[in-house]
Amino acid sequence: MTVDRRARLGLRTLVLAYLTVLLLVPVGLVFYRTFEHGLAPVWESITTPAAVHAFWLTIEIALIAVPLNTIFGVIAALALVRGRFRGKAVVDALISLPFALSPVVIGLALLLVYGRGGWVSLPFQVIFSLPGMVLATVFVSLPFVAREVVPVLREIGDEQEQAAATLGASRWQAFWRITLPAIRWGVAYGVVLTTARAIGEFGAVSIVSGRIAGQTQTLTLLVEQRFQNFDFAGAYAASALLGLIAIATLLAMTLLKPRKDTP
Amino acid sequence: MAALLARSTDGGLDTFWNAVTSRQAVSALELSVWTSLAVAGFNAVAGTATAWVLVRDDFRGKALLNTLIDLPFALPTIVVGIILLALVGPASPVGIHAIATTWAILMALAFVTLPFVVRSVQPVVHELDREMEEAAASLGAGSWAIFRRVVLPNLTPAILSGAAMSFARAVGEFGSVVLVAGNIPFHTQLASVYIFGQVESDDPIGAAAVAVVLLLVSLAVLLAIGVAARWGSRHDR
Repeated sequence: MTVDRRARLGLRTLVLAYLTVLLLVPVGLVFYRTFEHGLAPVWESITTPAAVHAFWLTIEIALIAVPLNTIFGVIAALALVRGRFRGKAVVDALISLPFALSPVVIGLALLLVYGRGGWVSLPFQVIFSLPGMVLATVFVSLPFVAREVVPVLREIGDEQEQAAATLGASRWQAFWRITLPAIRWGVAYGVVLTTARAIGEFGAVSIVSGRIAGQTQTLTLLVEQRFQNFDFAGAYAASALLGLIAIATLLAMTLLKPRKDTP
Repeated sequence: MAALLARSTDGGLDTFWNAVTSRQAVSALELSVWTSLAVAGFNAVAGTATAWVLVRDDFRGKALLNTLIDLPFALPTIVVGIILLALVGPASPVGIHAIATTWAILMALAFVTLPFVVRSVQPVVHELDREMEEAAASLGAGSWAIFRRVVLPNLTPAILSGAAMSFARAVGEFGSVVLVAGNIPFHTQLASVYIFGQVESDDPIGAAAVAVVLLLVSLAVLLAIGVAARWGSRHDR
């Protein structure tokens, strides 16, 4: 557009001011507050037994939830793009439902199904223990892989798979040798997003975990508990750790994006 | 989800209705809806401007800025809450104390929904045919007329779907607002925090009733996004 120079600079200034005030200054401030007294107290506060336990619990949940969602996401994407079945539009809408739902509502729904007096009673405890937290995490991060893989599958079409079939490849061989290599960057991108969401989930996990320190407390729950106990330095330190994970996520996204966009 | 629907009426329809229409629940739902609408409207303008600058403008650090747009998606919501506490809490370095006010809620929601409109409008601006704008200019249209008559109609479906996604996310947002909203009934109590409180005080049925209303709002928005997407693809043809 032939906008004159003044309008262009004006708009640029406005946008930069908006992003600076809302995004850059607040995020920078938390890192400043965390490290203003040096590294030693930060290191101390993220290596307390409760913090270490919360860290490994968070990793453990992510290690279970992410592979589950990856496998489900690829299968769901294949079904949505290649499959023909009734109610496909409904399934399509349902898969993105977790994005539109409040995490609190998701946590509550799980509580009503698996909790005390709920619909399903299993021989082991679900609510207030690991299985419930994994379920909540799987639920909230369900759509990412499928959402990333669907457009890639549409883009590549199924001609190569058909060619493989005419050459005598089984469907399994065609998937491993043709489809999977073609969608691998899309899958990887979805996995990064799933991992970030799994590590950062708070609302749903907060409801189903019972927040027992040293047992069912993840990193995000630790941040909240420290804040409620007026341990602000500790809350900042745990937040900064989560912030570093988020920045690593952004880096991974930036590295994967060009590969994903050129299948 | 089915359980949520079924159990919300465990105590009969009367109990359901009473839980949903209790003054505190209504006020919490109203606050959630209007703050989310306000933030969606704000994002429609700010997000479109940001997308425009990121595609058409050129300056040092643009690539870095483009990457940072996704930061609100990558940051855990509770960390966003801590960030806002550091900025406008009791130890605010800029002297603004906004905790337990509507401003804190609006800031938290604007932060977590920042990428939606930018990311939905950006590819459309990228694909825009500059020749259309040049043709309009050669016919004597000013910048504003070109924007309003040529550019904006092309962007509208993407802006609407981005704003709808912002709304859907904001209306159920919990982690980023739980620390800063203050949770004062009739004043800064949001629907999600109200539901959480009901669960904590061992009233899951009352919580489920309000959750169902929130669920219906989310479903309506999902449908609206679907309609907007179809409308957008019709414009493509």
